[in-house]
Amino acid sequence: MPDSPVIAHGADEVTDNAHEEHPSYLRHHFESTEQQADATGFAMWLFLLTEVMFFGGLFTAYLIYRNWYYPAFVAGSHQLNVIWGTTNTVVLILSSFTMAMGVWCAETRRKQGLVFCLILTFVLGLGFLGIKTVEYSEKIEKHHVPGLHYSLKSFLDPDSDAAAKAAGDKPLALDMARHTEVYFSLYFLMTGMHALHMIIGIGILGFMIFRARAGAYTSGHVTFVENFGLYWHFVDIIWIYLFALLYLISRHQ
Amino acid sequence: MSTNTIVSLPDQSTARIPKTNYITKENGLLSWLLTSDHKRIAILYLISLSFFFFIGGALAGLIRLELLTPQTDLMATDTYNKVFTMHGVIMVFFFLVPSVPATLGNFLLPMMIGAKDLALPKINLLSWYLYMAGGILALYTMMTGGVDTGWTFTTPLSTHYVNTNVLTTGLAVFVAGFSSIFTGLNFIVTIHKMRAPGMTWFRLPLFVWAHYAASILMVLATPVVAIAIVLVALERTIGIGVFDPAKGGDPLLFQHLFWFYSHPAVYIMILPGMGVISEVISTFSRKRVFGYTAVAFSSVAIAVFGFFVWAHHMFIMGISNYTVLVFSLLTMLVAVPSAIKIFNWTFTLYKGSITFETPMLYAFGFLGLFTIGGMTGVFLGTAGTDIHLTETYFIVAHFHFVMVGGMLMAFLAGLHFWWPKMTGRMYPEKVSQLAAVVTFIGFNLTFFPQFILGTLGMPRRYASYPPEFQVLNVFSTAGATILGVGYLLPVLYLVWSLKYGAIAGNNPWQATGLEWQTQSPPLTENFAVMPVMDHEAYDYEWLENQQQEQRREQEVTSAG
Amino acid sequence: MDHISPVIWQFLVKWMTNFALLPPEASKLAPQMDALYFFILLVSLIGLTVVVLLVTSFSILYNKKRHPVAEQIEGSTLLEATWTIIPLGLFLVMFVWGALIYFRVFTPPANAMNIYVVGKQWMWKVEHPGGQHEINALHIPTGKPIQLTLISQDVFHSFSIPAFRVKREAIPGRYTTVWFEATVPGTYHLFCTQYCGTNHSQMIGDIVVLTPEDYRKWLASSTSGASLAQNGERLFASLSCAACHNTRPDARGPSLASVYGARLPLATGGTVIADDAYLREAILNPSQHVTQGYAPIMPTYQGQISEEGVIALVEYIKNLNSDYRIQQTLNTTDMLPESEGRTPGAQAPAVKGPVSKGTVKP
Repeated sequence: MPDSPVIAHGADEVTDNAHEEHPSYLRHHFESTEQQADATGFAMWLFLLTEVMFFGGLFTAYLIYRNWYYPAFVAGSHQLNVIWGTTNTVVLILSSFTMAMGVWCAETRRKQGLVFCLILTFVLGLGFLGIKTVEYSEKIEKHHVPGLHYSLKSFLDPDSDAAAKAAGDKPLALDMARHTEVYFSLYFLMTGMHALHMIIGIGILGFMIFRARAGAYTSGHVTFVENFGLYWHFVDIIWIYLFALLYLISRHQ
Repeated sequence: MSTNTIVSLPDQSTARIPKTNYITKENGLLSWLLTSDHKRIAILYLISLSFFFFIGGALAGLIRLELLTPQTDLMATDTYNKVFTMHGVIMVFFFLVPSVPATLGNFLLPMMIGAKDLALPKINLLSWYLYMAGGILALYTMMTGGVDTGWTFTTPLSTHYVNTNVLTTGLAVFVAGFSSIFTGLNFIVTIHKMRAPGMTWFRLPLFVWAHYAASILMVLATPVVAIAIVLVALERTIGIGVFDPAKGGDPLLFQHLFWFYSHPAVYIMILPGMGVISEVISTFSRKRVFGYTAVAFSSVAIAVFGFFVWAHHMFIMGISNYTVLVFSLLTMLVAVPSAIKIFNWTFTLYKGSITFETPMLYAFGFLGLFTIGGMTGVFLGTAGTDIHLTETYFIVAHFHFVMVGGMLMAFLAGLHFWWPKMTGRMYPEKVSQLAAVVTFIGFNLTFFPQFILGTLGMPRRYASYPPEFQVLNVFSTAGATILGVGYLLPVLYLVWSLKYGAIAGNNPWQATGLEWQTQSPPLTENFAVMPVMDHEAYDYEWLENQQQEQRREQEVTSAG
Repeated sequence: MDHISPVIWQFLVKWMTNFALLPPEASKLAPQMDALYFFILLVSLIGLTVVVLLVTSFSILYNKKRHPVAEQIEGSTLLEATWTIIPLGLFLVMFVWGALIYFRVFTPPANAMNIYVVGKQWMWKVEHPGGQHEINALHIPTGKPIQLTLISQDVFHSFSIPAFRVKREAIPGRYTTVWFEATVPGTYHLFCTQYCGTNHSQMIGDIVVLTPEDYRKWLASSTSGASLAQNGERLFASLSCAACHNTRPDARGPSLASVYGARLPLATGGTVIADDAYLREAILNPSQHVTQGYAPIMPTYQGQISEEGVIALVEYIKNLNSDYRIQQTLNTTDMLPESEGRTPGAQAPAVKGPVSKGTVKP
């Protein structure tokens, strides 16, 4: 496999100037690979900032409604399985670790290492989604999906529901029970939006594994892996906030 | 010799458009549709934006025709509601927000800072495709029954009480929003990371500063309206209840999320226009913008303060009195930087050498109309008067003065100013000056009566109105016809100029920006030799030296 | 004014009203707001004149023919400071003045007569405490502060009276209030100014301001059926509220006597003033508004009562054994023809606070 193929441009490609040799991955509108790496890295950080603002709207809604309807949020949160949630958190943190290792492998030109780390990250990501699927299907079974035959039974009569009973929940009044629908709206919106970002990330990971095997990232051009790493860590951080805010409301029994 | 113009064209008998330029570089439709050249993308935007502008304009014409008479006689009330909604959606999201940044900004930013392209050219192309996708969705909405919620999508009307195409319109706006985010992102990265050697922040043209400030707003505010639209869509389809009082939700939450974007949006719309005005006024006064640093910092100040005033759209909606107090105060603060800019531009004229070519005429129009529009904003930011004036035609007049009298005039100023750079050809001066004057007259006749209508209490979004408001409405419609002519003329003569306009040469205006130091139309890579910036912005002494050297060289070559 | 010939004066007035740039001033607030409006207008005109004069004179003095060489001027910190501080100062004056007016409009006086307005697509339903119902119309007397309590049944509407210079949104899910005092008898426009669907422009009506005497006559002639409080009492009975809300020692709910305007201790800690909004919330979302010492067993009536029903109940509760009811009776009966001959000012000072302290615990 050739080492960072260098290209010398003919005079017809560019006007008059003597054109120095440069790596093939340097885009022509950049003056140097340093500038390219700098600019693309900065762009990714900016993009993540827009993502913060995007999720920010949901966090704002959460803030307001949790403040207004705290008992409903407690009851809703107790319906979530903390074991699954914690597992998912561990899975994602692990995947962030494997991703960071992957970036290191790319920077130190370890092709096998990079491919291995990317595959691990990919698998862990799929694992996260798998667990989420299990959780979502449980919610669907219990009719806790807002707008679609939403059922208040678990909140009006906690003893009929294993999760509520285990948490020692008291029955909610009808009007407060109705507000649990707002909690679940936010749950599905926030975790759903997060899952969407995970799916996109996993898709890109698949593409990256394919390219990594061809040596695209271990010949000096690491910015793609680095920037994707930023994105992956960001998605992880969002999950940590979601886990704390959605799963851990009043769990200190 | 002292003439009334600064235009300096090459000898027309020998001048030719340079054979190699960004237009002739490659041929074929695909070379345009798959381009990564920022200049070609700008032209793509220009064509599509003009298209949407005229659709929005036609809808405006329908509104004014209906309002000629107090009764709803031209169309059904439902149709009227759809017409003004679509007018707002198309004009705001598919014309005003992208207009200057996506056309002039895209074309000029890399050139002004001495770069070959934007930082992320493929993302730039993606922006255009997202814009087109959104636009096509909006057209689809129009053709399949329209939407009648008003461009502000107020809940619960939009979530539970209309059965028109809210979802497709929301999706169109969502997609166009990402176009805006990516454009802003591209600009910020480019300005930070791709300036030519010697191009320090305070040597940047003020056009760049204005786009930088607008880009901050694009990047940070647009995602919030995206999530607001997602919430409306979900509330509408599966009834999640986040805005529904019956389920414990709060419709005012939508208002906060929506206006958190939509107020910065108006600054996204106006800041790039202000950037154009800086360039035009300095060129046609032949001197540096007065108070460069103040104008640059004012742009950023408007962007920053612009984030903190959104609830002034909600003063009578039942928010607490103390909230009103805070937002009214902040609104007063955000008005100050705009005032500073107007005075700085005015004093740029002081001891200048002024000529009145078309871009300058539009700039003068901007100065007067934006001042009026801005001051009427103060009427609205003052909580006491806002009670009477909000939700009336005063608001309609206010935002049309700043957006059409301000922003659109600035866009036309910029289009004329940089037309020779983009196409290599000059537009016809006399016709364009006439169009500028016609536009100014038509605009005032259309929108000034609306201030009076609003003060008298006529509500907005009314298909029918009490008969005593008719006279002013008739004036307004008459003005709209004149305004329409004023906007049609440029389309005609600009297209004409593509074939018959005078050859412009590198620097017909004898301006100082880096973009004028290279050929018109420019090369694909903008500069044959990467420039090194060794002088201040608007450095007319440097320009004078340049021109003297060039003349000396010409004498040498012709003598030797 | 005496120097102006009455003929010219009449002509001027006719000309001014036909080409009025402002709606008629028909409330106490209107001239105050107009004064601020004219101040801002004046400042705007001065600002615009300054800019236009400067631009015009510079264009003439420094056009290319007359001034071929431009002088490169960097700027002037003094000028920057001037045109920063002066506009800022003027804007702050407007801010303070406007804030004062705003607070005035949205802080009703204690003796305001309360009228309820329910907005729905596409009409305004006005409910007077005495039981008069109006659609798209509102009859009020001059010289009396009137408070409107607004709510919407469906979407956002906005109740606008340009002649009074007031406007307030009617929102689904909570009450909003606004007050005014009419000064000039006449008929004025009522508009809905928040776009609310198809017939938004049809949601208009008349505000009829009558002299106190005419208002009495109107009240007497248009009373049909029970007052709001009486309707509320009927609802109270039909919904069996008294099953819990009574004064028996084993009552499961707090007694509602004199509760309006009282400061209640809540089960969640803290206290709250029992105003209209609280009462409405307590009926529709009781579990968040449990009084201290009581179990959270009150069922919600969301979906079982219309907004008018809630208004009737609130009105009923307002009048239970408190000074307010007496006061209100005096307010309205003062207007009735029978009250002619009664000495004016025979009203006890309005009391919005409780007569008894706190709630009555069994």
